[in-house]
Parts: sequence; C-alpha cells; structure tokens
Amino acid sequence: MEKHITLPLTEELARSLKAGDKVFLTGTIYTSRDAGHKRMCEALERGEKLPIDPTDAVIYYVGPTPAKPGQVIGSAGPTTAGRMDAYAPTMMSVGARGMIGKGYRLPEVVEAMKKYSGVFFGAIGGCGALLAKCIKSAELIAYEDLGAEALRKLYVEDMPLVVIIDCEGNDLYKLGRAAYLENRP
Amino acid sequence: MREISVSLLTDVVERLCIEANTKLPGDVKCAIEACRACEDGGIAQGVLDDIITNYNIADRENVPICQDTGLACVFLEIGQDVHFVDGDLSEAIHEGVRRGYTNGYLRKSVVKDPVRRGNTGDNTPAMIYTEIVPGEQVKVTVGPKGFGSENMSAIRMFKPSAGLQGIKDFIIETVENAGPNPCPPMVVGVGIGGTFDKAALLAKKAIMRPLDQPNPDPFYAELEKEMLEKVNALGIGPQGFGGKTTAIGLNIETMPTHIAGMPCAININCHVTRHKTEVL
Repeated sequence: MEKHITLPLTEELARSLKAGDKVFLTGTIYTSRDAGHKRMCEALERGEKLPIDPTDAVIYYVGPTPAKPGQVIGSAGPTTAGRMDAYAPTMMSVGARGMIGKGYRLPEVVEAMKKYSGVFFGAIGGCGALLAKCIKSAELIAYEDLGAEALRKLYVEDMPLVVIIDCEGNDLYKLGRAAYLENRP
Repeated sequence: MREISVSLLTDVVERLCIEANTKLPGDVKCAIEACRACEDGGIAQGVLDDIITNYNIADRENVPICQDTGLACVFLEIGQDVHFVDGDLSEAIHEGVRRGYTNGYLRKSVVKDPVRRGNTGDNTPAMIYTEIVPGEQVKVTVGPKGFGSENMSAIRMFKPSAGLQGIKDFIIETVENAGPNPCPPMVVGVGIGGTFDKAALLAKKAIMRPLDQPNPDPFYAELEKEMLEKVNALGIGPQGFGGKTTAIGLNIETMPTHIAGMPCAININCHVTRHKTEVL
C-alpha cells in the first residue's frame, strides 16, 4: 500500500504502518550512525539529556557526503542498520520510534519494536544522490567533531521509503522473498 | 628507462577518485539495465528504476552515486623500466586521495586505528596495491570500496577434498548470509588459490574486472555463469525485498596453490561497483 505520512511518528501512526507499505515521509528527522549512537547511549547512561528530543523521533542512519556549494546536503543514502542494533533498544526506550536504514536487524531489536511500537523503514541503499533530493534543509545539532557522523536535523519532503519491519514484527525481508519464491514459475 | 614525476600520479589519483565516485562504469550500468528488463515484480522493478535514476542524477550533476565514497583502493601496475622521481610514491598517492576527497566533496570515511578509531579527516591513507610488470607504462586504477558490502565478505581455507562443490556451497552460503546488508543487487568477486592473502586479493581483483568480460578459461567462465544463476535463484532480490536480481555479476579469478590447500575468498560489492583506470 502507498501512504503519505507526516511526522511526528506517533504510536497511532506507527501502528497503522505494515511491512511492505511504500511510504512517502514528510517532516523533521535526525541523522545518526555508529559513533553518534554510541555517544547518545553513553550520555543516557550518565543520566544526561540527549541533544535531541527523542519523543516520537525518527532517526536516519546516514553519513552524508559534504554539501557542494549551493547544495543543502551531499549524497545521503542509508547505511547498514545492524551496526546500530546495540543501541536501538535504548533509543526506543526513551521514545525514539522510527529508524531509517537498510539490512537485517537482530531479534532483540524487533522485540523492542514490538514493545515500544517502533518502525524500521528502508531507504534504497546506494541511491544517495536521489535521496538527497527530498532533503530540504539540514542543520548540524551536535557532535560536529564526528564529521560525516555528526548529529543533524533534516527536513524531508516525500522521502521514498518502504516499511521493512512493522511494530508487530512482520519483516519484508522474509515476506518479500517468500512471496517471490512461492510465485516463481 | 622512463622517468615519471610522482606529482603526475597525484593529479591522476585525484581525478580518478572523483570520476569513479560520480560516474558508474558502462558495464555496470548495462548489467543493471539488463536485469531491470527481466525483472517482473513491482517492488523489484521500482528499486531498479530508482537505482538507474540515481546514477543518472550523479552523472548529470557530478555528485557521488553513494554517500559511502569508500576506502580508496589504488591499484598500480608499474612497468619495470619506470623510475619515479620528485618524491615519495606512496605519499604522492595519499596526496591524490586527500585532494580528490576534499576537492570532490567526497565523504571522509577512514579511521586512523582499527580499534581506537578516530577519523583521519581526509580519507587517507589509501589502500595501495602494487604489481611490477614488463614495460615502461604505469596503469592506475582507483576503486573506492564501500563497507556495507565489504563487511559481508568471507574467506575460507578448504581442504582439496572439498572440491568444486565446496567452493559452490561457500559462494551460496556467503551471499545468503549477506542478504539485504550489502545493498543488492550485488557483484560477487571470487578468488580461488594462492595463499590466504592472495586469495583475498584475487577476490578484490575479480570485482574490479568489467562484468562483460568473462574469465578467459572456459571452465571458469562456465562456472561464473552457473553460479550467477544459482545466486539469483535465491530470490533475495533488489535490496532484499524479493526478486530475480540478487547479483548483477559474478567474477572468478584464480591462481596456482599448494598441494595441501584450496583457499577461497569472496569479496562482495554493491550495485555501485566503481572503478576507473588511466594509463600513464
């Protein structure tokens, strides 16, 4: 099913999304990957506040290329989500609900998604030039020293995504492949 | 003997880093477009359409095809009659990478220590591979290597008794294990023979070989064809969403090995299989 959604990703909105849905997402999202997640989780462990409000937030696992003069952002496609598996349940426990990336997630992440009504969206890996087109603004928020891995706030319009894992734990990687193999002549 | 100033190499490497990251090779485009024509599922077709749109945008606007502009792998085939002058050869290559990644607005994705991390800030050092060949030319290839796919690569030291079937099973197992992580459709590079390290190098060379050039040995050319079909029968499909196109190419490189062994390495690449060559 094709759906146009506007953030924040409330529990109600999250629950309406099903694995396999093609989604065009509009709203404010945050970027973070390996090093940024490590810092955020360490901050939470020390009882500190995060540099972003995690409530109903969507985090895009991306490390963009530098913007050329006149560009909002450089190429910005998804990175492998599995590297954030160690941090994702903690992020969801403080309210972050959406994740954008690509690749397998561990069962404990899927369990956390069921518990906190989380959604894992897939963006097409290796399509950074195309995905950059729907990013209308980009602002550095924190961890500037991490370069491409710094925390950024993005405003995106109609970002083309697919729901890979929904909050009931249905997984497009399993369903899509099984459907293809079943219908193969 | 021919003298070549290392500063020439810096200029060439700078240019190749930028070109390789913004212009997908023709053979890779052809392979993707041929797969798009055969794909019949809606989701799979849509993914391949977006991949084609993406590399066309990159080409037209001179922007990176993918944000992972890679670890810069620089291959040099150096004619034995060449004498490099005016400085340190390796430093000249690193300088070319430094300039290419800075002036080309490419991502700096290198950490200075594998355990203690810390971004070097300029994408150096390059991974330099040198080979001495007859003649007085220098062939330079830059292949930026993304790590979403590199991380899904594997190596195994087989007993010779494992035979051809062992190699075939290992290819399937590795692609199956990689699943959606390396951004399929992927390119699979297989290196068989040599030592532990040479097998890995062969696998890397295999992904650098154009997809429209089969192995010159008919036995391996046939094996490339057979294994590409078997990989695509897995149904992983574009981005792992299910479909016919799990890989757009599978290249095999081999060399002699020891009587007691059969090393096999598999290097996985994504659909953004980049490489650009220039001969000095």
